[in-house]
Amino acid sequence: MTTKRIVIISAGLSTPSSTRQLADRLTADAVAILRERGVEVEAQVFELRDLAHDIINHMLMGFAPPKLEEALDAVSSADGLIAVTPIFSTSYAGLFKSFIDVIDPQALTDLPVLIGATGGTSRHSLAIDYAIRPLFTYLHAIPVTTGVFAATSDWGNGGDGVRSLPDRIFRGAKEFAELVERTDRSDLINDPFALDRPVGHLVGGFTGE
Amino acid sequence: MQFGIFTVTDITQDPTTGRTPSEHERIKGTVAIAKHAEEVGLDIFALGEHHNPPFWSSSPTTTLAYIAGQTSKLQLSTATTLITTNDPVKIAEDYAMLQHVSDGRVDLMLGRGNTGPVYPWFGQDIRQGLPLAIENYELLHRLWREDVVDWSGKFRTPLQGFTATPRPLDDVPPFVWHGSIRTPEIADQAAFYGDGFFANHIFWPASHTQRMIALYRQRFEHHGHGTAAQAIVGLGGQVFMRKNSQDAVNEFRPYFDNAPVYGHGPSMEDFTQQTPLTVGSPQEVIDKTLGFRDYVGDYQRQLWLVDHAGLPLKTVLEQLDLLGEEVVPVLRKEFAKNRPADVPDAPNHASLVKAKYGDRAPRQATPNANRGDNLTVGSPYQDTSTVEAAQSSSNSSGSAFGAAATRKEFVR
Repeated sequence: MTTKRIVIISAGLSTPSSTRQLADRLTADAVAILRERGVEVEAQVFELRDLAHDIINHMLMGFAPPKLEEALDAVSSADGLIAVTPIFSTSYAGLFKSFIDVIDPQALTDLPVLIGATGGTSRHSLAIDYAIRPLFTYLHAIPVTTGVFAATSDWGNGGDGVRSLPDRIFRGAKEFAELVERTDRSDLINDPFALDRPVGHLVGGFTGE
Repeated sequence: MQFGIFTVTDITQDPTTGRTPSEHERIKGTVAIAKHAEEVGLDIFALGEHHNPPFWSSSPTTTLAYIAGQTSKLQLSTATTLITTNDPVKIAEDYAMLQHVSDGRVDLMLGRGNTGPVYPWFGQDIRQGLPLAIENYELLHRLWREDVVDWSGKFRTPLQGFTATPRPLDDVPPFVWHGSIRTPEIADQAAFYGDGFFANHIFWPASHTQRMIALYRQRFEHHGHGTAAQAIVGLGGQVFMRKNSQDAVNEFRPYFDNAPVYGHGPSMEDFTQQTPLTVGSPQEVIDKTLGFRDYVGDYQRQLWLVDHAGLPLKTVLEQLDLLGEEVVPVLRKEFAKNRPADVPDAPNHASLVKAKYGDRAPRQATPNANRGDNLTVGSPYQDTSTVEAAQSSSNSSGSAFGAAATRKEFVR
């Protein structure tokens, strides 16, 4: 039995936050589905609020303080990412984008991603598809077809009349679990200091290598 | 082991007084700093190169030549010389010239420069930074080793029968260090030529430096210049000292908080924990510096940044006093302990002359009368025919010191 590693990032700003709540529900379903299929799962959650100062310092200094480094390493080498952000002013939270901005642009290649977002009303639900999905596509990650948006009303009465929040969570989690089950990303070594190719190719006849 | 200082030549407002020195004041101040570095017994003074305010050092060899005239032992270096935007022909000429006026007290550290706008001012493109560094250095390396060079590349006008004058002092080029923070190709380039590798170190966590040095050492051995432990390594460092640790912390904090690069970012406490910066007593500086050896191995050159972020000249000179009186003497003794006998010192002019000539007299290049071209009639110099010049250059490419200096099969 193999162990898959999934990482959850939650960009909610309050404690407790509905963003974290959605992240936990998505995680619970994804883990349950994978376990049913005999796949062992390790899930690691990062609240971006706890990393906020480190993220800004990384932007200013160009390197990650230890706590942030741990999160970046975890995301880069994960088999799947569950990314959940509140929608602020029609798009992802600035903190969420700032975290994405300090990730190495190659680090998310081929990474299965389940996108979640929260907002006041369901009128913001398309932000997943016009703002968040293109971000992950650009980074060559693989966002699953279903993104899960949870409006305030979804948590109580009068949510989406077509399909309930738990239904949508399950559907997204299932699509995500199928990709996570198949990937071998966490077995690959990702070394930014590796010399991919000796310098010789840059100048003709330089090393003969 | 060599100890010294390096300066980025920033002109920064003193945050405690609101006063910003003029260019002239800061230039004269830096000369005073260099002279005092010699007085307190430091070995190296290395000067940055910039082509935009608020920095002043656009013409490093002019400055270093003046300092050479004011000092007698101090080794002059750069931090860094821009191998991307400078014409390698001009670097070859300027630094050979500096060798002559300083009687060989010069080496240089090459870097690519990270200021995007500088590149187009010199007709270049920062996206080509790495290929520029590789090609330009290959040309520079040849210009210092071959009397007559035919050359063509991607980035510069071709050369036909070109001779860089003056020839290097004693026909021994200055030792070259390559500086890079996290570009493995530059570590490989330094290793390929058997040159030194300098890790800036000061704005970055130790783990970065450790990885880059390990790669350089491994490639140095791969390219046949000696064992990994014999590779020539330099490190940056950054210190602010007072006798009492807490005085140093209190005095330096406003400079830290407002400094270019890291000001308004991490706290001084976090930054000192995560990078080589030491703010405290001389003993704390000694302890931290000795710790560098734990992750890079025995190394050859330690430079400190002591004069940036608006620190007044008087304060900087006091830092040099502390380095010279309390820190460096202890470090010299401690670094010498358990240092394997086959780990070389950093090459200097004397050791390079010795490696090349042994007990023979060094070549003194003496030109023939001007005949207008170098192409048709042998060498432009009296002591060598073109054939001999070509032979001697092919024999001397690669390492000029250590085991690899006598290697004959080196192919480029």
